Amino acid sequence: MSENIKLFDISKCTGCRGCQLACKQWNQLRAKQTRMRGTYQNPPDLQPNTYLIMRFQEVEDSKGLRWYYRHQACMHCSDAACVKVCPSGALYYSAFNTVGLSHEKCIACKECVSACPFDIPRFDERTDKIYKCDMCESRIANNLEPACVKACPTGALKWGDKDRLVKAAYKRAKELGDGAYVYGDKFVDGTHLVYVLQEKPGMYAALPKSPSVPLSIVLWKDVLKPLSILAAGGVLAGSFFHYIIHGPKTPDEDTSTKTEGGE
Amino acid sequence: MTNHWIDIRNSDVILIMGSNPAANHPIAFKWITAAMEKGAKLICVDPRFTQSASKAHIYAPLRSGTDIAFLGGMIKYILDNNLIHEEYVKNYTNATFLVNPAFKLPGDNKGVFSGLQGKKYDKATWSYQTDGSGRIKKDMSMKNPNCVFQLLKKHYDRYNVDVVMRITGTPKEKLIEVYKEYASTYKPDKVANILYAMGWTQHTVGTQNIRTMCIIQLLLGNMGVAGGGVQAMRGESNVQGSTDAGLLFHIWPGYLGAPTASLKTLKEFNEKRTPKTKEPNSLNWWKNFPKYSASFLRAMYGKNATLEEAYSYMPKLDDGANYSWLMIFDQMYKEKFTGFFAWGMNPACSGAHSNKVRQALTKLDWLVNVNLFDNETGSFWRGPGMDPKKIKTEVFMLPCASSVEKEGSISNSGRWMQWRYKAVNPPGVALPDADIMNELYYKLKELYEKDGGPLKEAVLKMTWNYGKKDAAGRVHHIDPHAIAREINGFFLEDKKVENPTKKGEFKEFKKGDPVPTFAWLQDDGSTSSGTWIYCGSYADKGNMAARRGTKDPSGIGLYPEWAWAWPVNRRIIYNGASVDLKGKPWDVKCPVIVWDGSKWVGDVPDGVGDPGAGRPPFIMKPDGVASIFGPGLADGPFPEHYEPLECPVEQNLLSPQKSNPVIVRFDEPGVGSDIDTYSGVTSCDPRYPFICSTYRVSEHWQTGVLTRWCPWLAEMQPGMFVEMSRELAKERGISNGEKVIVKSPRGEVEATAIVTPRFKPFNIDGNIIHQVGIPWHFGWITQPRAKSRYGPNDKRPEVFTAGDAANLLTPTIGDANTMIPESKAFMVNVVKKGVK
Repeated sequence: MSENIKLFDISKCTGCRGCQLACKQWNQLRAKQTRMRGTYQNPPDLQPNTYLIMRFQEVEDSKGLRWYYRHQACMHCSDAACVKVCPSGALYYSAFNTVGLSHEKCIACKECVSACPFDIPRFDERTDKIYKCDMCESRIANNLEPACVKACPTGALKWGDKDRLVKAAYKRAKELGDGAYVYGDKFVDGTHLVYVLQEKPGMYAALPKSPSVPLSIVLWKDVLKPLSILAAGGVLAGSFFHYIIHGPKTPDEDTSTKTEGGE
Repeated sequence: MTNHWIDIRNSDVILIMGSNPAANHPIAFKWITAAMEKGAKLICVDPRFTQSASKAHIYAPLRSGTDIAFLGGMIKYILDNNLIHEEYVKNYTNATFLVNPAFKLPGDNKGVFSGLQGKKYDKATWSYQTDGSGRIKKDMSMKNPNCVFQLLKKHYDRYNVDVVMRITGTPKEKLIEVYKEYASTYKPDKVANILYAMGWTQHTVGTQNIRTMCIIQLLLGNMGVAGGGVQAMRGESNVQGSTDAGLLFHIWPGYLGAPTASLKTLKEFNEKRTPKTKEPNSLNWWKNFPKYSASFLRAMYGKNATLEEAYSYMPKLDDGANYSWLMIFDQMYKEKFTGFFAWGMNPACSGAHSNKVRQALTKLDWLVNVNLFDNETGSFWRGPGMDPKKIKTEVFMLPCASSVEKEGSISNSGRWMQWRYKAVNPPGVALPDADIMNELYYKLKELYEKDGGPLKEAVLKMTWNYGKKDAAGRVHHIDPHAIAREINGFFLEDKKVENPTKKGEFKEFKKGDPVPTFAWLQDDGSTSSGTWIYCGSYADKGNMAARRGTKDPSGIGLYPEWAWAWPVNRRIIYNGASVDLKGKPWDVKCPVIVWDGSKWVGDVPDGVGDPGAGRPPFIMKPDGVASIFGPGLADGPFPEHYEPLECPVEQNLLSPQKSNPVIVRFDEPGVGSDIDTYSGVTSCDPRYPFICSTYRVSEHWQTGVLTRWCPWLAEMQPGMFVEMSRELAKERGISNGEKVIVKSPRGEVEATAIVTPRFKPFNIDGNIIHQVGIPWHFGWITQPRAKSRYGPNDKRPEVFTAGDAANLLTPTIGDANTMIPESKAFMVNVVKKGVK
């Protein structure tokens, strides 16, 4: 079976947010109360109930004024830090080489949250689970494109064969010129959400210039892995005593801000 | 639209002006993007750097309300540089016509055209010179100083780029860049397209904004060709269909001008509405008006009445009276109505000067609100500032089916009539609109039968064959197919008719047979047709709107077997102008119609005769050619720049006439009401120093009655905002995200400030002028603080939205021709909340 990727061409995106809505609809994600904060971008960030947001960003310099709409969702790395750190197998490489998520297996350790170089997974205090885009696994398993791609009116989002789309991405970047480039194919062994971008790396909000799996994880997983199995027993025992002493977890200020969306 | 959505992909240059399709017609960008992939250039002209502007090759800002100055400058550029499609202009427009020598242009007549008497034009001088036989005199060299072309040249000679820049605030180099790019399509194989929406219509010069662009398209030969034309992008999925079906007060279905009281008989009515011409080769299609009026009257009354009786039953407009939106609510405010149906409408938010509308609703005895959800109109009595105890109006809420809960057709912007199927049953007791009307009809009929009343025949003699009838002859559920068949039309008697396209060939029709196309409609009462332009949509081959064929033999995206386009399934209207006098397409790479030696192939040909026949192709115009000189409008045969009624400048830099001389001012004695006020009309009002426009966002629709209740959409756009420049925010001490109050003489709204580089102050003739913008989708009923107003069983939104209607600010002043309110250019103040 050929490997598919999702290609997002920022030069063709009009910011209509059909993708953001389609994601909520397909995944049946409840809306939360938000407020107008001085930008069209809402909810303000990814949330347990928001796997995909469009980031609105104005850039003005000697080249003039630009207004960008960046499609932000799980990048589905081939060498995924989240899968590496996940102790329970909740995060896994799917049959489509995307990064799947099984909520039944999630033990709420939040290791993936700190490991992800793109700051994608979101933890929900109420359900004690991690949430993120799974590239509509239920759709792609049935030969359908992800919901966001289906909704895109302009062709800014495409779903298809990796080699073909990466090639198309390079062709497009060349056509656009003026510093346009392809983002995603050259690190973490290649992502399954690839961008054609028009600004220099680092110009886009919340997008790392050169993402990589954190060194600590590489050391931990690939070098000290044998020891981890022993350590896991210790972690579980520690957690048990922690529960006995401190009682169940309550939402802390920091995470509740993130999950309540805009308020 | 003259063309259709897919056809946008055939354009070489696309101008987005008076619209923001990226946000408001997102699918348009599928085809704009397709054109750009083939190398098309995109231009966006807008006061604000919009989502559409962010995709454009060229963005040019302009001060709201100065489009005619901007485009007038383009006409001058085209003429100065001789960038016209000369053969097209000479043969397919009235550029060669000689105008009455007494006609005066505004440049020679203090800013107005000749004939202004008070607030109305006497159009006697807006006429053509004729020879002894009544034929219009022409000068094919277009050199005669009285010919339309020379008058056009003279008129727009005043619109030099320097004065245009001082009026519009557009940098000079941007003006020239836009003019140069757009005018490059004068070459026969290059085409430019224009996409507009409410940004052009909602002005006191709205109709003339569009006229200016039509003139440009004609000069460049861009009308009737693939990728060309003028595209009105509709703001509602079936606005095209409802207008076609006669929604507006001044027309019957199919754009038949409605009768006035002085037209006592059908004969007088037909005589008045049927244009005449002495041009020997002109087809003058509207000569068929009597066939269409007779067929419509038959659709109303069948053979229950004679045509003359049927005409007498139809409502007549008082001569000179206007029954448009602003007038309706003015009359309501003046207590001239007892009852009112708000059907799929939310005037308490959508009506200009919503405070006036809300006050007007208090003067009614009863109000019926037909909608999917309760809204600010149905609940006006418990809205802000209202005391329910003091309001007499009794309100009835009739829940109706949504578009997916009923079957029927919609007509999109590209004139495609597309059939939709019912997906689910409506919830609870909700009914399709037609079923609600059915109940009303039988109730009214019963009351007229019992109690009588003036002109009771108008109701009692109406035909009502819209579905299965019970033993008593009553319809219980309306069958949309029966309505579609009536709209198409059928024969009321057996009849032998001569083929309208082949002399000497006859066809026999039986009573009840569908009429194949409108060319077969009759003026003697033997045919019925609800909307003549839809004749052919439900004929021998059944329901054409339900077709889903995906063949495109033309290769230019016509898809003639997908649904059905009026008229006669023609996808590009005026396409007779896409070929030269010998019948050869101007653009051989992208032809709309081609002569194969014996017939036209491609699109359904429009107006064109056999090649070389000499028939001018604009057959809906009496003279057969398109109007560069357009004497039909109320405010002038050429568009002239006038400032918006409320404006930030002291004078019109082009003439001593500041605003459109023939608009209806509601603050004048005997016109409007005590509540109608304006600011900055004769002189700038320092209390309201900023220009304001209303507009839309992708996530909400109209007043938000449907979308504010949808949690996913409310989550993305949760409330009222006002966009402003960094410079203005600094001047007023406002930071991004802060609450501010936007005020006009008519009301105020609370909004969140979006401080953005996408708005820039304008340099208007040396003065710095600020513009702000607000969306119009919000209303108090879905606000969190409206909680206390909800009854125990009322639905509450899952996600609340903030803010009330933008139309609380907008003025009761309308376009000189259509009376559409000037919501795109009015004056406001913006202050930080809590600051006086």
